[in-house]
Amino acid sequence: MIELQHIRKVFNAGKPNEHVAVDDVSLGIEAGKVTVLTGPSGSGKTTLLSLLGCMARPTSGRIRLRDREVTSLPARFLTEIRRKTFGFIFQQYNLIQGISVLENVMLPAYPNGDGFLQLKERAGELLELFNLRPKAYAKVEWLSGGEAQRTAIARALVNDPQVIIADEPTAHLDSKLSRELMEIVSTFKAAGKTIVIASHDPIVYDSPVVDTVVAMRDGKIIDAGAA
Amino acid sequence: MSHIVNKQRNILDFALSSLLRRKGKNLALVTVYTLVVFALASVMFFTQALKKEATLVLGATPELIVQKLVAGRHDLIPVSYIGKIKKIRGVAGVEPRLWGYYYDPLVRANYTLLVNDKFKLPPQNILVGAGIARVRGAYRGRSINFFSYDGKPLTFRVRGVLSLESELLSADLIMISPADFRRLFGIPEGYATDLTVHVRNHKEVATVAAKIQQFFPDTRPILRDEILRTYKAVFDWRSSIVIVVLAGALLAFLIFAWDKAAGLSAEERREIGILKAIGWETSDVLQLKFWEGLTVSLTAFLVGTILAYVHVFWAAAPLFATVIKGWSTLYPNFRLTPFLSFYQIAILFFFTVVPYTVATIIPSWRAATIDPDQVMRT
Repeated sequence: MIELQHIRKVFNAGKPNEHVAVDDVSLGIEAGKVTVLTGPSGSGKTTLLSLLGCMARPTSGRIRLRDREVTSLPARFLTEIRRKTFGFIFQQYNLIQGISVLENVMLPAYPNGDGFLQLKERAGELLELFNLRPKAYAKVEWLSGGEAQRTAIARALVNDPQVIIADEPTAHLDSKLSRELMEIVSTFKAAGKTIVIASHDPIVYDSPVVDTVVAMRDGKIIDAGAA
Repeated sequence: MSHIVNKQRNILDFALSSLLRRKGKNLALVTVYTLVVFALASVMFFTQALKKEATLVLGATPELIVQKLVAGRHDLIPVSYIGKIKKIRGVAGVEPRLWGYYYDPLVRANYTLLVNDKFKLPPQNILVGAGIARVRGAYRGRSINFFSYDGKPLTFRVRGVLSLESELLSADLIMISPADFRRLFGIPEGYATDLTVHVRNHKEVATVAAKIQQFFPDTRPILRDEILRTYKAVFDWRSSIVIVVLAGALLAFLIFAWDKAAGLSAEERREIGILKAIGWETSDVLQLKFWEGLTVSLTAFLVGTILAYVHVFWAAAPLFATVIKGWSTLYPNFRLTPFLSFYQIAILFFFTVVPYTVATIIPSWRAATIDPDQVMRT
């Protein structure tokens, strides 16, 4: 599904504060599987996720998405790929404050140009799926941590992406909610989605739903194998 | 096509809900913005309408007025000049005019006294303008006293109050008989204040004026077009005074609007980052900011313009009238004929809506070009 070849990402290149976040990483992400990137803080998990999800370009190396080389594509095409192929669940949820749960879920689909009512119906179905229907018109700042997490997941799914990328999704959840999240991940997998998660939470990387665990340290892969 | 419309509708929908999120801040901005548009539009509408009104009123006046000059000052003109002027080819008629100003110390106002044979006023009878009737209580049947040039009191009976088509020019007017006028100001028979000349062909007015000047080098022919031009210049000058007075407020608003529009808060930057991260293109973000800016500025423009219309044409512009009309004591009480030109509205639109909308887009463009992965690290 996604293939990374000798990926290197350097921040502040040539400056005194130069930092190599990802160093010569080659990795294949299989379609329909759950892959977990694990490792301590600063190991390069989040940077690798953003490279996988076409949010950033590598300093060197190539990324192929379904046999299509994407690293050299112009920003506009990269954005379109990001919107249509990937659904993102951020560590801080990154919901937009002041607007409703429903609007937050609909947001990634606005630039697609779908009819408003059609879009609203689709977002409503997702809220139903995550038991958020009663909160549809509540502002996101009124939600509990678990509800905000589920809203972020619903938003990630609104464009029906093939790949779901989640960055430390359990960082702000207790154990019960973390296990519930992994159950949701298993439903995604059952639906044929490809899931890539960055996490150093054992509830995530020890979960039976996980197919591959990639261990990272100092920007390099130190171990990649079946869970 | 429907795809593009739907996309714009969706973005506009989000733009509106974004504005509603910062209700207090945006409402304050729209209010101040509206006031600025209102002030500018009021001055603009009022000046234009006055100029239009003056053009309408002066449309009926003679094409040419001839005044005599002595040492560069206006002097009485001998009626004997009429014979020679009448003989100039193209002249349809020449009439002597008697008019002047009278200062009334009682109300500290200047009246304009005019003789018009059309009214056929009997001796010691006058017609007064509505402004004078108001300040002196000089209504039909009442008497009013003036002092003649040699200090003798003269009593006049008010035969009626003038109801001309525009009070703009008749508020301070008094119509008087020729004999009374001469008695009041001590003007001898055989002299007039000036002469009015009617010319058959409008295109020949300048030629006739040149000939009059040639025959009588001590005269000054004044063309109607020149008077109109002067009126326009005076009203433009007066409106400029108002604009200068408003300049401070305008500047304060510009700073306020620029600060609001050009500076993005950390929260707004973060939101732009989120939108980019979830798949919005830079152009989508710019369209969002364009709709936000347009909504604020267009609302202020429309509300401000409508308020200015009501202020000028329904309420007779109470805020600026005293400055722009230019009367000192006898303010004319009149409603201007509504007059709007596309050019005026376009200028107002260009100077209010466009700068604000552009000012909102530029900083957003800077923020929207950041890498979306910044969001992953916050």
